[in-house]
Parts: sequence; C-alpha cells; structure tokens
Amino acid sequence: MNAPAASDALIELRGITKTYGQGPAAFQALRGIDLSIAAGEFVAVMGPSGSGKSTVMNIVGCLDTPTTGEYLFRGIHVEKLQRNQRALLRRHSLGFVFQGFNLLARTSAQENVELPLLYRGEEAAARHAAARAALAQVGLAGWESHTPAELSGGQQQRVAIARAIVTRPLVLLADEPTGNLDSRRGHEIMDLLVQLNREQGITVVMVTHEADMAAYASRCVHFVDGLVDIDESRAQRPAGVSRQEGPTC
Amino acid sequence: MLINALLLALREIRRNLLRSFLTVLGIVIGVAAVITMVTLGNGATQMVSDQISSLGSNLLVLRPGQRMGPGRDTAGSPNFKKSDLEAIRTQVNGLEVVAPVAGSSATLVAGNNNWSATINGTTNDYLFAGNWKIGAGREFQDDEERAGKAVCIIGATVRRELFGSRNPLGDEIRVKTFSCQVVGLLAAKGQGAMGMDQDDIVLMPLATVQRRLTGNPDVPTALISLKDNAEPAAVMAQIRSLLRERRKLAENEADNFTVMDTKQIAETLSGTIRTMTGLLGAVAAVSLLVGGIGIMNIMLVSVTERTREIGIRLAIGALEHEVLLQFLIEAVVLSAFGGLVGMVLAFVACFGLSSLLGMPFLFNPGINLLAFGFSAAIGVIFGFVPARRAAQLDPIVALRHE
Repeated sequence: MNAPAASDALIELRGITKTYGQGPAAFQALRGIDLSIAAGEFVAVMGPSGSGKSTVMNIVGCLDTPTTGEYLFRGIHVEKLQRNQRALLRRHSLGFVFQGFNLLARTSAQENVELPLLYRGEEAAARHAAARAALAQVGLAGWESHTPAELSGGQQQRVAIARAIVTRPLVLLADEPTGNLDSRRGHEIMDLLVQLNREQGITVVMVTHEADMAAYASRCVHFVDGLVDIDESRAQRPAGVSRQEGPTC
Repeated sequence: MLINALLLALREIRRNLLRSFLTVLGIVIGVAAVITMVTLGNGATQMVSDQISSLGSNLLVLRPGQRMGPGRDTAGSPNFKKSDLEAIRTQVNGLEVVAPVAGSSATLVAGNNNWSATINGTTNDYLFAGNWKIGAGREFQDDEERAGKAVCIIGATVRRELFGSRNPLGDEIRVKTFSCQVVGLLAAKGQGAMGMDQDDIVLMPLATVQRRLTGNPDVPTALISLKDNAEPAAVMAQIRSLLRERRKLAENEADNFTVMDTKQIAETLSGTIRTMTGLLGAVAAVSLLVGGIGIMNIMLVSVTERTREIGIRLAIGALEHEVLLQFLIEAVVLSAFGGLVGMVLAFVACFGLSSLLGMPFLFNPGINLLAFGFSAAIGVIFGFVPARRAAQLDPIVALRHE
C-alpha cells in the first residue's frame, strides 16, 4: 500500500531522487521516492544491495540531501536546510544505530552514551544520570565503565542504542543494526528496538536485509532499483518471540 | 561550549598520552632552547658588566685602532711610543697612573711543570690600575723596571699550575730563552668577564718583555686610572687631542687609536653578547617552528585516524565549528602544554648552567611569557588546517571510513 502524503506525517518524502556523479558516469540511486512515515511506526527498509535503501536512510537521517524532491520532517523542508541546521536536527530529533556500532574506542560506555548530551550542552550531573538511565534501559546497568573492547558485539550495539535514545529522539534510525551480530544477539537487539518503539513511542526506521529481522517491524518497505517496490503494513508481532517463521516482504 | 571542547581535548590527549608527549617534544625543546639561550645570554651580559664595573669606573683603556676585537685595523694604527704615554702622564690633568701593557704569550717552565700564559710587560702602576693586591712577596723595584731585569709577579692560577701548593717566591721560571725569578704573588681575583681566568697572569717589567720577548720598544695598550674627582669625558677629550697632535693627524682624518672608559668596554662586550644571544635565540626559534610542524603533522594523522570518530560526532549532531574547535583546542592545549613543560625545563637548565658557569641566574618573565604565547600561537596556526579538514568531512564518507 502506498500511503498518501498525510499532513500529520513525521517523515514525508516527495519525489526524492538522488544522483551520484555527473555526465555519463552518473548513477541514479533513487528515482522518485514517495514515502510517508507517521509517528510511532516501526518501519523496516529492505532491498537488495544497490537498491537505494542506504541512500534513503542517509536522506531521512539528514546526513545527505536529495538531488531533487522534497523531504519534510515535522513539516520542515530538510532539503533547504544548511549543513549545520541539519546537524541541529540530528542532534535534537534523531538517533542513529549503525551496523558497525561506531562507538568511540578506548572510551567507557558511560562516556560514549554521554557524547550526544555533551553536544547538547547538558550539565555534567544531568549527563551522568541520563547516561546511566539509558544504559540501564538497554540492560547494561553495571557496565558503565567498560570500554567497547571489553564488551561483546551485542553489548556494544546496546551501548550504541543507549547513545541513540539518551536524547529521547523522535526517530531512531538503524542501519543494519544486527548485521554484525549472531542470530541470537540479533533477536535480542530487535526485541529491544520493539520495546523502545512500543513503550516510548520512538519511531524506528531500520534498514535490514534479513527477513526475520524485518518481521519485527509493523511496516515493511521494499526497494528495488531506486524505487519503492512493496510497502506493506501488518500486525506487529509481540516482542520477545524470536525466530518466527512469519510473513516477510 | 568552550569548556566542553576543552574537556574533549583533554580526554583525547589523555587517551593518547605517549603520542601526545612525543608530539609536543618539539615544542618543549624549542621553548626550552629559546628561554635558555636568552636567559643565559642575559646572565652573561650581566656578569660582564658587573665584572667590568668592579674594575672601577675611573679606568680608561687606550688602544691603537678604532675597533675592539678581531678585524681591527692595525696597518694605519701604530702602537704607542713610550714618549706618548709620558706626555699623557705629564700633560693631562686628573690622572692617577698611566700603566703601559705589552703582552706576549709564552710557555712557562718550572721544574717538570709547564704552562702557557699571557705575560704582561708593565709597571707597578698596573697593580694600581687593575686593582690588584700583592698576596705575598713584593712589587717590582725601580731598578728592576728601569734595567728590565728578569723578575716576575705571578697570578694564583700560574702558581698552582707551576708550583702546586709550594711557595714559589725566589724560584726561577723558564720563559723561552731566559729564566726569571718570582718576586711576588698576586692575590686571587677569580673568574673574569666571559669566563676567562683573571688569575692566569704573569707580570714582568715592561723593559724585560720589550727586550726579551716582543723585541719592540712600542706599547700596544695602556691602562689609565683617573683621580676620583676627574670627569672621564673631559679627560678622554684631553687625551684624544693630545694624541691626535702627537700623531700628526689632519683635521679630516679619523682617530687611529681608541680611548674607552670601562663603561664603554662593558657596553661593547655586552653588545657582542647580545648579538650572540639574539642569534642563538633565533636558531632556537627555528626549532620551535619545527615543533609546530610536528604538531600539524600529528594532527593531520590524527584527523585521518579518527575520521570515523569525526563521522560519529557529526552524525549525532556536532556542528562544524564544534568539531573545528575541538581539534583546534586539542592542538593549542598540546602546544601550550609543551610550552609549559619547556619553561620548566628551561628554568632547571638555566639554573644548573648558571651555577655551573658561575653566572648570575636572571629569571626573565618577558621571554618566558613570549615563548609560551608563541607556542600557543603555533598550536592555533598549525592546528587550523587539520581542524578545518576534520570539520568539513562528509559524515557519510567519514562513517564509512575504515
């Protein structure tokens, strides 16, 4: 189903195209995307490599700008914003989780989680408290002083999620969050994302190529060749159930 | 936000402690070198002026030629005749003594010991002008001076080298082809200006040196001691016009001799030392510059190495100028820290070297502040390019960086 552009949508892409390079070497990664995501949704973005799903994530994450088209985030035309304005949007409204965790090396979990708060200029005491709470929320209470090297992959990704949610963002963008994890850790991370989505109402947009991870989402958008191929919503499966052979898109 | 950036920088420096230290080593050495050079130079200048003014302000030195030191023009500047000095003594008012000095270097032998020293042919007036005291023995006698007898008065260093602790009075010292008898011993004076040993001295009657060593009846130098109430400028003017007349210099001809009072000598020497200090300081400043380049190099490496980290920071909402500031402050903190360490190092080095060289230790707040400010400025200048490179990274590319 292609949702019509709703005015109350949190994220709205209208006719987004993205071309890399110029002239004969130009490559069109996105060829006209219309996508609308409402607050509270859990969207899985799927597709083969080269289908444009990462490009769309970068644009939604305000890291990149479209070549043509409009991107409205809460009604703000992101495509018209300057680099620093987009950075402020990321700072205040978005949280990122990456495939490779991207934690600061040789820096404690606590300090990693405090990093976004540092840029928001929060007081030290408030920073410490918020970071501890976020780590507790992802099940890492007591691991505050460990550095990434002392944590397992699953734990590192939890720290990354804690860092993403410590600012209470509207949207959590996850780029292959389970890509570097074994299946069991992967499902644990997915359970955590579902929990955050349900309990805190954080909108989650996740890129994945694993169908059983996409199955956790309430909506699945499938990209092929820079276009939306399938966009289906379905009943979200309950958190805590792993390895369900369910419908995938 | 500035405090945040400072915290980030300190955290980063702490995380790479060894590398940070090695990075600032160039700055440390540069700052330490500049401060040490200038401080020691100032100490040397001070020491020279102290020592020359300890000779007394009422001393004039008369020399042929116009300049002191090497490169002096000797061709058109004949030495003084004995009659010139006699004329000064009798015709110029306000003089205490006029002591001729004819110097010659020679090897002295006594028993199994030998020692090279400067032998000054002069008169007893030299003792008065140079503020020497006889420690043991006696001055020259009139007939010894007149006849040019082979007698000498030796300084404490010469005595130590030739005779050890033995009493040398009455003993013979062999100088080239003749032997001379030690009749007096000078009281020790200690180290003189520019580190030379004042006690490494042998005095003989002028006629003895002229006849037996230089073979020349002229006198190259004279020490002129003024009366306490004499006006140095007036006396110098008198001496100058007298000598010009005796040397038959025309109106348009420059002096071919120099009369200086001790203040001028101090100034000339101090000027030389100041020039040397400036040169050494400049060389040291170059090493400071090299240290700055080292900082830039490491900061560039650091930016490349931490590209991913920069990507993370940008992704979670760091503004361009915040990343710029972080790296800039990191560079400034590094170089300023290097400056501080350099200052401490310089303090220790100056303190040690001053006491080793027997010079006064003059702490110079100006050069310390200057070197510190310069090191911090180097952080800003050489940190800017790497910091801007970091700030302008594309977060997507940076995050993908391996």
